[in-house]
Amino acid sequence: MNRLFPSTSGAQGFAGVARMAVVVLVGAVVLAVASLLPESSPLHVSAFTVSLAGKYLSYAMLALAVDLVWGFAGILTLGHAAFFALGGYAMGMYLMREIGARGVYGNASLPDFMIFLSWTKLPWYWWGSGHFLWACLLVLAVPGVLAGVFGWLAFRSRVSGVYLSIMTQALTYALMLAFFQNGFGFGGNNGLTDFKDILGADLHSPVTRAVLLVITGVVLALALMLSRFVVAGRFGNLLVAVRDAESRTRFLGYRPEQVKLLIWVFSAMLAGVGGALYVTQVGIINPGEFAPANSIESVIWVAVGGRGTLSGAVLGAVLVNMGKTVFTAWLPEFWLYGLGLLFLVTTLFLPKGLWGCLNPPPVRRQKTSRPRFPARKEMRHECAKTSGNA
Amino acid sequence: MNAPKLLEMRDVSVTFDGFRAINGLSLTLAAGEMRAIVGPNGAGKTTMMDIITGKTRPDSGSVRFHGQDLTRLDEPAIARMGIGRKFQKPTVFEALSVRENLLLSLSGLRGPFSVLMARLSGKEQARVDHLLDMTRLGDFADHQAGGMSHGQKQWLEIGMLLGQEPELLLVDEPVAGMTDAETMATADLLREINRTRSVVVVEHDMDFVRALDVGVTVLHEGSVLAEGALDTVSADPRVIEVYLGR
Amino acid sequence: MRSFVRFCLVAAFCVGAAFAAPRCARADVFAGLASGQFDTVAQAITELAVSGSPQAGAVLGALEQHQLFFTPDGGLFLRDGEAYIDARTGQPVATSPEGLAAVRLNNRVRKALAGARAGMDLFSADRAARLHAATTLYERHDPAALPVLQQALSAEKDAAIHKELALAHAATILAQPPADDQLAARIQAVAALRATGGLEARGILAGVGANESENAQVRKAAQEAVASINWRLRAWSIGQNAFYGLSYGSVLLLAATGLAITFGVMGVINMAHGELVMIGAYVTWLVQQGVRSAAPALEPVSLLLAIPVAFCVCGGLGVLIERGLIRFLYGRPLETLLATWGLSLIMQQAVRSVFGPTNIPVATPGWLTGSFALGGMDITLNRLAILVFAFLVLGTLMCVLRRTPLGLEMRAVTQNRRMAALMGIRTPRVDALAFGLGAGLAGLAGVAVSQIDNVSPNLGQTYIIDSFMVVVFGGVGNLWGTLAAAMTLGMGGKVLEPVIGAVSAKIAILVLVILYIQRNPRGMFPVRGRGVES
Repeated sequence: MNRLFPSTSGAQGFAGVARMAVVVLVGAVVLAVASLLPESSPLHVSAFTVSLAGKYLSYAMLALAVDLVWGFAGILTLGHAAFFALGGYAMGMYLMREIGARGVYGNASLPDFMIFLSWTKLPWYWWGSGHFLWACLLVLAVPGVLAGVFGWLAFRSRVSGVYLSIMTQALTYALMLAFFQNGFGFGGNNGLTDFKDILGADLHSPVTRAVLLVITGVVLALALMLSRFVVAGRFGNLLVAVRDAESRTRFLGYRPEQVKLLIWVFSAMLAGVGGALYVTQVGIINPGEFAPANSIESVIWVAVGGRGTLSGAVLGAVLVNMGKTVFTAWLPEFWLYGLGLLFLVTTLFLPKGLWGCLNPPPVRRQKTSRPRFPARKEMRHECAKTSGNA
Repeated sequence: MNAPKLLEMRDVSVTFDGFRAINGLSLTLAAGEMRAIVGPNGAGKTTMMDIITGKTRPDSGSVRFHGQDLTRLDEPAIARMGIGRKFQKPTVFEALSVRENLLLSLSGLRGPFSVLMARLSGKEQARVDHLLDMTRLGDFADHQAGGMSHGQKQWLEIGMLLGQEPELLLVDEPVAGMTDAETMATADLLREINRTRSVVVVEHDMDFVRALDVGVTVLHEGSVLAEGALDTVSADPRVIEVYLGR
Repeated sequence: MRSFVRFCLVAAFCVGAAFAAPRCARADVFAGLASGQFDTVAQAITELAVSGSPQAGAVLGALEQHQLFFTPDGGLFLRDGEAYIDARTGQPVATSPEGLAAVRLNNRVRKALAGARAGMDLFSADRAARLHAATTLYERHDPAALPVLQQALSAEKDAAIHKELALAHAATILAQPPADDQLAARIQAVAALRATGGLEARGILAGVGANESENAQVRKAAQEAVASINWRLRAWSIGQNAFYGLSYGSVLLLAATGLAITFGVMGVINMAHGELVMIGAYVTWLVQQGVRSAAPALEPVSLLLAIPVAFCVCGGLGVLIERGLIRFLYGRPLETLLATWGLSLIMQQAVRSVFGPTNIPVATPGWLTGSFALGGMDITLNRLAILVFAFLVLGTLMCVLRRTPLGLEMRAVTQNRRMAALMGIRTPRVDALAFGLGAGLAGLAGVAVSQIDNVSPNLGQTYIIDSFMVVVFGGVGNLWGTLAAAMTLGMGGKVLEPVIGAVSAKIAILVLVILYIQRNPRGMFPVRGRGVES
């Protein structure tokens, strides 16, 4: 199976990632500035476009997180939207409290939905939700801790491959069911919405929106560089080693479960940050974000952009989501056909994704031969192995 | 057998779904010794290695390395104690270059955080270069390991084994698929290694075993059938019956 | 002899009736009916019923039909068409009497009438009438009916009716005011009601248990009986939930065996499996539509016709999917997962485009509607049929795997693909057939699901995650594991449901499976040995 993964050594060059980080940054700043121009200006962009761009970049964070575990550690996650949504809820709780007495029921300390449920005080897990810094901590900690517990249990008992994928799907499905319940304390069906401001700044003002977009761009650029740091060095090599020949690393004295856990938790935290950025700009977070379909969709962004290439993940997320916006506006009933075909075409014909096609790995010396395509029999063998142990 | 015992397996048994793969196996290895393990297919050679390296847990019996029981430890812990293993099918990290393979094998950093923060030191650079020399892979240092020939992969794996700096090497069929010349070169390499480390070699190739010129243990149906010099052992009628005679 | 007994009975009933309402005792029961007072009429009805009068049946029948009239001087007449009959003599009267007024009914009178009719029906030749009468008396447990009940009890030969009569008798005894000389009989009655259980008995016993003037011993027995009945009712409700669980488990079993087979043979998780189930349900509907227009006479068996059709359609689709898609992705199980997910989106949208997004009405044939009681459980026929069907399918599948060459080849490929290929098994053919078989099983699941659930393009999504759980829980390459896992998950969910709620039950099951898989990564029936790579 390893042959089908792109080699990471060198393929994830500093220059490529840095270029993408700069593109993201410049793009966000340009859009933000353009949105502040007077409406008469030909360069003016609407508030809708800004929040759309913010949404794409938040999704790009999620794609980056998925790519880290799938592209580099070989863990196909079908539940990463759960971490994204948890980050979103953590930030959403703070934004809910910021509404204060401006809600429909005018209660200064309780969000509207709690009054509706005739609760009289905040549940314990809403403690501290009034503080922005606490919210930021939760954005990292909640996905991190959940990923830590889940990953520790799964990796330690060597659950891998398709089994692990299904487990992650079950995880996000269970969370979705839980968050749909009113009694769970996060607004049930409706989720958290109707936010007014953040740190005192009006969320609906163009300036706040522009600043949020720039912040998203900066955070994404930083995340790109940080991820590059993680996967480019010796740890990146170790990840690839664990991905391709886990048991071999054990006999070298490494503990693959720890390696996987580290990248898994880091990835979950990235996804959480993406969710937090998402909720500030989109203005709503509800249990639908936990839907397994969302997680699988985020995997296809990565596949389209190019698995195992950090820049590709960002590219794929932005492109596919732009396509979705256009498609659902013009031909809503054909979007699912389009998305379905995207899955088929990418897996069948574009295993390396767009980035992989645009940037073929550098040729090393003259004698470097890409490993030959596996003979059918060997592939079958891999397959048999998978069925035996997956 | 005056040297101190390095590895001692005592009365080890393991059963897979009713099949006794290892049956009351006892084996002792002195420090600095090299031992060849031979035996027909299904004699339990690979399972024996699995038990020593912690991949398989025995149903009964004890395995001691420097007097410490290995049966309660997992693979990484045993590897860190100084037992290295080369697999029958060469297993290297194919997506990484030869140099990166060797670098990962170097003894030292093993925790994920320390690996994350690691930067290549001059000492490590020197060790990798030395290993490249020793395994004659210097010209291929930056080649992807997946593109190497079978023999080169075998050597790379031996190089990685040395990078671990183990006290004891377990080598499973190192010359399978090698040319005669490569086989003899491998025998030389193993003897070279044996100067500083103990080695257990599992091999079918009798010429190779003869070239190693070490003590031989014959396994049959999961227990030791005979032990001694190759000539003594191959004269043993029981051995001839189960193995050589066929 | 019989008339003598009847006479004694009348006397006894009169005493009983007098006891119940002493001020209304009178010799001429017909005069009571003619009194124009509701209470008196009701009393008279009861007396008349046990009087043995040959006129009683006709009079009470006329009263029910509003055909009974009285005159101010105490005359009582039945109207028969235009003519009148004297109630006392049964003889027609020549001229219409003067001042006729209808005997009016109110609820009290109607109740008395029902009890009286039941008391008389106890001796009817019609078995059904006797049984109905016994049940009515059990529900009414009117102390006045006690002597009739005792008489009927000794005369009744039919076991079922006898049992019902005994119950009515016990209930009636307890309805009498407490009396110390009745102690043994009352305790016996409590025991009888306790043995039968049910809400009715619990109501009576609770009344006895709460009655301050009741003998302490009887009260205690009654309270214990109530507790025992409560416990039994709870047990039955658990049994009922277990049945729902079995039924849900059998749907999961049908949906998951196909998944398990493809996963076992090819190491591939087919994310479009749920959509194949959905298509199976749509095929069922199409077959029903076709049969309805082409051969209406066959409509009751259209569901049976749908079974092979759904299997073939979905199986064919499965082979197509394998040949057209999966085989290009061998050795890449994770990519296969993504590709089949894409396929599932397309299939869902295609069905939505063709059949619309709303539910379609799949008919349930008459022979599958309805239910029967098993103890305190209500067994619906459609769910029972699915349970039987699932086991039949599983049994057939096991035979196919054990007894046919294809089954042998599939098992061989499951256990060691390379070795099987080297032995001359054409693995591509086995793959295609295995995938087709898995898909065909999904079609069968679709037929089953169409009988208990809404059929819409989203149907597949409802079951798919639970089916995955079954596959990972049960392990690969062992249908017993799939069976055990499907039933465990189905039952576990439904048994937990009343305790912690439906959604929490689902979450709890998911979490438990996740935890279980941590401990047993290969499911309940793992394959072990050196060949198993970690």
